[in-house]
Amino acid sequence: MEGGTVHKILRQLLRSKPAVIGGFLVLVFLFLAFFGPSLAPHDPFSQDIASGSEPPSMENPMGRDRMGRDMFSRILHGTRYSVIMAVSAVTVGLTIGALMGLCAGFYGGIVDVLLMRVVDLMLAFPAFFVALIVVAILGPGLLNGAIAVGIASVPHYARVIRGGVLTVKGQEFVEAARAQGASNLRIMFRHVLPNCVGVLLVQTTLRIGAAVITSASLSFLGLGAQEPLPEWGLMVSAGRDYLRSAPHIAVFPGLCIAAMVLGFNLLGDGLRDILDPKFRD
Amino acid sequence: MQLVKMTAYRLTQLLVVALAVSLAVFLLIRLIPGDPVDLLAGFDATPEQRELLTRHWGLDQPLHMQYASFLGNLLQGDMGRSLRSGRAVVDEVVPAYRNTIKLTVVSMTFATVFGILAGVVASTRPYSLMDTAVMGVAVIGASLPVFWVGLVAIVIFAVNLGWFPSAGMGTPAHYVLPALTLGLYATALIARMTRTTMIEVLSTDYVRTARGKGVSERGVVFRHAIKNAMIPVVTVIGLQFGYLLAGAVLTETVFAWPGLGRLVVSSIVSRDYPVVQVTLILVAVTYTVVNMATDLVCEFLDPRLRYD
Repeated sequence: MEGGTVHKILRQLLRSKPAVIGGFLVLVFLFLAFFGPSLAPHDPFSQDIASGSEPPSMENPMGRDRMGRDMFSRILHGTRYSVIMAVSAVTVGLTIGALMGLCAGFYGGIVDVLLMRVVDLMLAFPAFFVALIVVAILGPGLLNGAIAVGIASVPHYARVIRGGVLTVKGQEFVEAARAQGASNLRIMFRHVLPNCVGVLLVQTTLRIGAAVITSASLSFLGLGAQEPLPEWGLMVSAGRDYLRSAPHIAVFPGLCIAAMVLGFNLLGDGLRDILDPKFRD
Repeated sequence: MQLVKMTAYRLTQLLVVALAVSLAVFLLIRLIPGDPVDLLAGFDATPEQRELLTRHWGLDQPLHMQYASFLGNLLQGDMGRSLRSGRAVVDEVVPAYRNTIKLTVVSMTFATVFGILAGVVASTRPYSLMDTAVMGVAVIGASLPVFWVGLVAIVIFAVNLGWFPSAGMGTPAHYVLPALTLGLYATALIARMTRTTMIEVLSTDYVRTARGKGVSERGVVFRHAIKNAMIPVVTVIGLQFGYLLAGAVLTETVFAWPGLGRLVVSSIVSRDYPVVQVTLILVAVTYTVVNMATDLVCEFLDPRLRYD
């Protein structure tokens, strides 16, 4: 994409209110992912059992968790883990999925059949179960959880890119490149891939929201990030047993997950309206 | 004749998927690090005991023989024994499966009714305050993590108001919170899809004709427009079933619902592979059947989709 196109997309985005709200939320959370820890008023790991489960107060605006750790500081630190998990998941899914989709669409024939059967096999399961299987194999953990979420999204990317490649492949500029003697690899990465960037951008933004939720879900089940990391899904799960006496422990981290996901979803919807031809008026 | 052929084709397809899935799950389970004999025998077992166990469970056989006997047993209804409880896997999986299906069916019904209703209401006056409000709620609803929605529902409706029980199953009241929680995401998506297609259909020529000949607005919406608007919605509903099965894992954990989702997680955590194996195959087969049924319903609704 050239500078002019980016500028045009941005201008159209700024005209859509939901997209602006989404973009704002995303920027806030990205800022917190980098600078949240330095803004935190307390040490997110320092325990004080005696004042465990204290409700929100001036000193601790989001209260304390069961170990007496400051919830607000933990949430500020936790932004980073949600972003790391989501970005790693999308990177894994996008890389594997894009390669599979490119090869399948570009080479066709037996390569296409084989790769797409693998995709079909994964699609025989709801995506979350694919993530569960991968976590069962890799073992629980922050990065393993993210990898699992990424692998579960591979079929999604692979199909989108394969579709994009198939529409681009027959066009004249690809034939022109081939006539000039460009190699397969060069055509794939220099000519075909750049033409799928729009679709990919939309898919990726929308998938980041899903990746945030799925990673948090794995952590909630105890299969993702592990104690004492202040990961939001894990924090919600820690509050499960204190819904009666200290609901703030489960409520605040969940609210943050929701806000982050909402941000990415709104931004993704906005981008789709602009970039996806199917939704263009 | 056409129907027989299509059904036969679909059944063959289902058989292929089931075989492929069972093989994939069988192999993937064996990729999990750790020797199952360690789990069976405990760490203080003598080499003789270990060898006996290995032979007893057929773990000394080559992989393809193990798969053949696994598949043979499965077809005869013998799913093996749970490593954790020692009970037959059938006795663990079947009741759990039934509970999950009950929960998903109730929440799908809820999601379909409310989703379509909200979508239709929003579509009749696009960009009105009502439309904006409904779609705003739908967008937010689709962004909430299902496990958190469940916990908040418990805090509000079980702990504070005391209207519904927060855990277990038994009475119809037990269904309310889990079903609403599980169905929220699907409701939001169905509402959005219904709105989009309804707006499209309401601007077509045949709807204008219907209005022109004096059909009431209600008649236009519910007799003429909704039928054509429902086809993409049915597809979304079918696709949502997969998300419901996934959401069931979390919802069941939150509400202590004795279903398949909870069984999958607990058997993964305790490395109870015979149970993991069977539950995963069951999930995949159910999901595939629902997707095929969705295709069939769409073809029934829209003759254009039928193969010639």
